[in-house]
Amino acid sequence: MKYLDEYRDEALAGKVVQEIASRLTRSWTIMEVCGGQTHSIVKHGVDYLLPKAIELVHGPGCPVCVTALEMIDKAHAIAARPDVIFCSFGDMLRVPGSTTDLLRLKSRGADVRIVYSPLDVLRIAQSHPDRQVVFFAIGFETTAPANALAIWQARQQGIRNFSLLVSHVRVPPSITSILQSPHNRVQGFLGPGHVCTVMGYQEYEAISARYRVPIVVTGFEPLDILEGVLKVVQQLEAGRAEVENQYSRVVRRGGNPAAHEIMWQVFEVCDQKWRGIGTIPKSGYRLRHEFREHDAARRFAVEEVQTQESPLCISGQILRGLKKPPDCPAFGQACTPEHPLGATMVSAEGACAAYYNYGRHLRAQPVGAPS
Amino acid sequence: MCLAIPGRIIEVYEDKGLRMGKLDFGGTIRKACLQYLPEVGLGDYALVHVGVALSKVDEEDARRTYALLEEMGEVRAQFEGVEPEAG
Repeated sequence: MKYLDEYRDEALAGKVVQEIASRLTRSWTIMEVCGGQTHSIVKHGVDYLLPKAIELVHGPGCPVCVTALEMIDKAHAIAARPDVIFCSFGDMLRVPGSTTDLLRLKSRGADVRIVYSPLDVLRIAQSHPDRQVVFFAIGFETTAPANALAIWQARQQGIRNFSLLVSHVRVPPSITSILQSPHNRVQGFLGPGHVCTVMGYQEYEAISARYRVPIVVTGFEPLDILEGVLKVVQQLEAGRAEVENQYSRVVRRGGNPAAHEIMWQVFEVCDQKWRGIGTIPKSGYRLRHEFREHDAARRFAVEEVQTQESPLCISGQILRGLKKPPDCPAFGQACTPEHPLGATMVSAEGACAAYYNYGRHLRAQPVGAPS
Repeated sequence: MCLAIPGRIIEVYEDKGLRMGKLDFGGTIRKACLQYLPEVGLGDYALVHVGVALSKVDEEDARRTYALLEEMGEVRAQFEGVEPEAG
């Protein structure tokens, strides 16, 4: 596919790796923020290609992973109602809550539907005026414009049986929270390319300057990631700390202004609880007061449920780049994608699930790693 | 989750007040909402996430990024196997 295949060229990747190696005078720890990048790195073995002096640690950018358990339980309570058609992206279906998951609810008769786009949910709401149609609106800034547009369009079209259960997260406060930790070991970031197509990267310039940390907005293909690493290494070795844009074929500094206009009409920034991490100030979006009639959490008064995470799970430390999946004794043993114990195993883009799905629980030592 | 893929716009139309398009994703044709990209038209490539186009792919830039990477490979290839200079 044009604009994808050419960024997977193996021979070229080898050359970029040599270029990185030639710049290194010491070891560095770099975090890729986005779960899509984590998935690509593990799938293509990008971390095995890199010189050993570069350690990639995996960030908090998997929205399915970090959606709070309480929110998932809330979704299940709403989905179980007989008057509700509950719509969700496919990745949320198997995520276990305290007692069940959406797929199990569906098998017991709940009307749970997988959708590709929130705009499809609007059409479902229009064809079922006698039912309440709810969309589980999770995601980072990348997904917020689509969710905002669905609500905005519902308002324009007078579709009143449509509501969102909103659990949106924002990347910059999570990066700041990692950098503020006294245990932080991340020295440079690969910034989240698709988040930045929407938001641009001005917000990251302030973070980079304040914490003296290189942030390179990076794409998702192996060559994008290698070039992102190269740019971070060049900055680190030169003692520079700036925001650079590796993914300039789709990311502009100001992001997408037309998307901002609708997003800010519909959403406002709020504190948000992240699974495995806890509450991060100003790290989420919620519906503005003017759109409260489309807020599923208000429409269906669901009681707060007390939830308990597994004491074995170290996903909080993995999401901050302090540990990696093989550091966990439960990884691949008590904790697998079929029976996940915590955040980083519940989605294919979580670091633990990515490691497991590509067979890394079977290897004590990376195969093919340069000696 | 933040997966987004580039497609070529082969049709532009309006549906219930929203700017929509049909896009060719390497042979698979799907519709996407173009409301956030007033500047794109037929033949342009747009990056689409959950049915909504978020960004126009800058073809010039895509070519340049790739050319740079390729050039870096070329340059290094020329020195492959060459003894490092003394000093």
